Amino acid sequence: MINELFRWDWFFDHLPDIWELTLEHLRLTAIAVVIGFAISFPLGVLAYRHRRTYGPITAVTGILYTIPSLALFMMLGPVTGTLSVTTAEIGLVSYTLLIIIRNTVAGFRGVPEDVKEAARGMGYTARQSLWKVELPLAVPAIVAGVRIATVTTIGLVTVTSLIGHGGLGIYILQGLSRLDSTLTLTGAVLSMFLAVSADRILVIVERRSTPWAQTRARAS
Amino acid sequence: MSGLIDFLTDSANWSGTDGIPTRLLEHVQLSGVSILIALAPAILLGLYIGHTRRFEFIVSIVALGRALPSFAVMAFFFPMQLRFGWGFTPWAAVIAMVLLAIPPILTNTYVGVRDVDADTLEAARGMGMSERDVLRKIELPLAVPLAIAGLRTAAVQVVATMTLAALIAGGGLGRYIVDGSALGSNSESGVAKLLAGAVLVALLAIVVDGFLGIVERLASPRTTSRGRRRVPEEHLDVLPAPDLTAS
Amino acid sequence: MADVMISLKNVSKRFEGTSGAAVEDLSLDISKGETVVLVGPSGCGKTTTMKMINRLVEPTSGSITVDGTDVLHQDPVQLRRGIGYVIQSIGLMPHRNIADNIGMVPRLIGWDNARIKERINELVEIFQLETEMLSRYPSELSGGQRQRVGVARALAADPPVMLMDEPFAAVDPIVRERLQDQFLEIQARLRKTIVFVTHDIDEAVKLADRIAILNVGGVIEQYATPEEILREPANDFVRSFVGRERGLKRLALIKVADIETELGPLVAPQVPTSRAIAEMDGYGLDWVSIVDDGELLGWIDRATAERSTTVDPAEARPFSAYVTAESSLREALEAIATSRTQVAVVVTKGQRYRGILTLERISKEIIS
Repeated sequence: MINELFRWDWFFDHLPDIWELTLEHLRLTAIAVVIGFAISFPLGVLAYRHRRTYGPITAVTGILYTIPSLALFMMLGPVTGTLSVTTAEIGLVSYTLLIIIRNTVAGFRGVPEDVKEAARGMGYTARQSLWKVELPLAVPAIVAGVRIATVTTIGLVTVTSLIGHGGLGIYILQGLSRLDSTLTLTGAVLSMFLAVSADRILVIVERRSTPWAQTRARAS
Repeated sequence: MSGLIDFLTDSANWSGTDGIPTRLLEHVQLSGVSILIALAPAILLGLYIGHTRRFEFIVSIVALGRALPSFAVMAFFFPMQLRFGWGFTPWAAVIAMVLLAIPPILTNTYVGVRDVDADTLEAARGMGMSERDVLRKIELPLAVPLAIAGLRTAAVQVVATMTLAALIAGGGLGRYIVDGSALGSNSESGVAKLLAGAVLVALLAIVVDGFLGIVERLASPRTTSRGRRRVPEEHLDVLPAPDLTAS
Repeated sequence: MADVMISLKNVSKRFEGTSGAAVEDLSLDISKGETVVLVGPSGCGKTTTMKMINRLVEPTSGSITVDGTDVLHQDPVQLRRGIGYVIQSIGLMPHRNIADNIGMVPRLIGWDNARIKERINELVEIFQLETEMLSRYPSELSGGQRQRVGVARALAADPPVMLMDEPFAAVDPIVRERLQDQFLEIQARLRKTIVFVTHDIDEAVKLADRIAILNVGGVIEQYATPEEILREPANDFVRSFVGRERGLKRLALIKVADIETELGPLVAPQVPTSRAIAEMDGYGLDWVSIVDDGELLGWIDRATAERSTTVDPAEARPFSAYVTAESSLREALEAIATSRTQVAVVVTKGQRYRGILTLERISKEIIS
């Protein structure tokens, strides 16, 4: 057992590796969130437009959300290849679905009735109203969902180290097996840093895409 | 699939220290202890911050917990646990679960208290209620449903994530998952065990979710003669995602 | 009625899951350029009736035509683009600035940008909006400003027909009155066909050419001009809905120009004061107006007249309250009640003397 909490010399010696794993971590996260969004957004719109589909959609994605990540990754192994990226991504994507779908639906449902009525009264078709009026107003809630999904995924990526991926999670796993807190801290602190940074960036994206909400914030 | 059913119906798996009842009980105990430890600080802080509106930055800091991988917390505390001579016990996992459970409970309690209608509060103070009365008789009852919704989120997450304890030789249903996968994907009995672990954890999470859902409804104050006010299903996620760095 | 613009014939509406009809066998013709106000207690189906015209609510039976075209056989989306629509909560798009909000319908029907911009400028002028407001978002405007933008938006594509659902109900009384005045001014210029829904009988009386008073279940109790409704309520329901002070409300609708005025006591300047005293005696009053070749200079009282030999215009005191031919009798009544001389002096433009109105003259109008 190594007694020192953090050995800086190890850290600086391994900077190139750490950088590689950080990129890997980001890649795994980005793929999962992008695919997760591509699946969730249409499902969210569907669940909003056709209320009856909301129950089934959230039930199925809710079950996916409940399966322990550890088990999901290990279960998928025999099906999609123990060490394949697909295994990791399927697991990561399945955790983003419920979060993004629920936020998308909540965002659309939060659009004020009077705005929708005004749009209809002016002669917007249902489709025009959905894309030009309701969607822009749902953006903050949808982006909030993507933020939660991204932060969650960055954390879950560390667990994929158990099936040979993991980005910075590899250091956490090695730290655990070698009882070396330097490795654990490197993995944990950096992945947390990634999560916070990604969150910040998405906040900026949200502000840029909703200038009207910003003026209100300033006015009040 | 048939392996899974065989596993679940094999009477040998229903007794002994690695039997389903034992593992299930361990899982419930570990999760329960974690939640209980998290509950007091999360609720008290949430009430305090929501009522006084002081130290609101703590809510933002706690929201950072979402970005903290439980796996890493456990990996960090495990060596320390060994150093303190606690040996191969699940304490590192419990610490990770406590840190996982605090954010949703605290945030929801805080939001529940903060969002109590300002007119209601003014009327209460106008009637001569003390701050203590306001907190106890108005803010607390109105915040309870949301706090329980937070507890529900936390409990489901903890039940599902507690499987990690098995990685540090802890008990619980995670054992089946870790031991099953250790047998390798070629071992039929290993896959069955792994699946059984996953299914049992998912079932437990669903039961806990359902149970706390009922508690949440019962705890909601009646605001109409016909029924109770319900926390809208999507309320929790409608909250703006925690601003991880804002103070 | 000549030139019917909107016609509802035997229109009924039943909402699913409710027992009674929201609107039952309602027929109503609205002429071109006329403002018709639908007014009634809540649940009387006034909003439902209005929303059937642009098919935000589909009638269960009956027929509706706008400008001769059967709306029920028209594409509802196209129909709505041709009808201005204003709602109480306005429904401005929070994510669009004011210019974009106003330009919504023109954009939908494919106007080019130059034309939209030109139209927005026209509307800015009509509604006396500030140009710098155009680049702001709705959340940065006051309630009254938002309301004006809402009406401007409805007028953007210059639709011949406007539907307005309690558009001024959500603003404070002072702003509401200003918006109503502006509404009247603009309507006098544009002569749109307007269906206006309100629950406020005073607003209806002020704005309407004709009022339809609806009772629960969408039954029209009376459809007539405000003056007629106030003068002759068709039944007890209308009488109680119109409320007390019916006579006073009616006075607000009658202009001074509409009734005959008395000449009143008057003398020219520089005439002997004996003439002035004779005028006072003739009317049984203690004062006389001094009018110089049609121009009103003021008045003197008996004591002043008795002190000198000729009427001196320098001694004329101004009347504290005048009314003009355009004033309402209600304003005249106010002037009488507050003036020391107990009459309202009527002048036309440029202080041209026209006559006086007395309390008796006005009460004759209330009684008639």
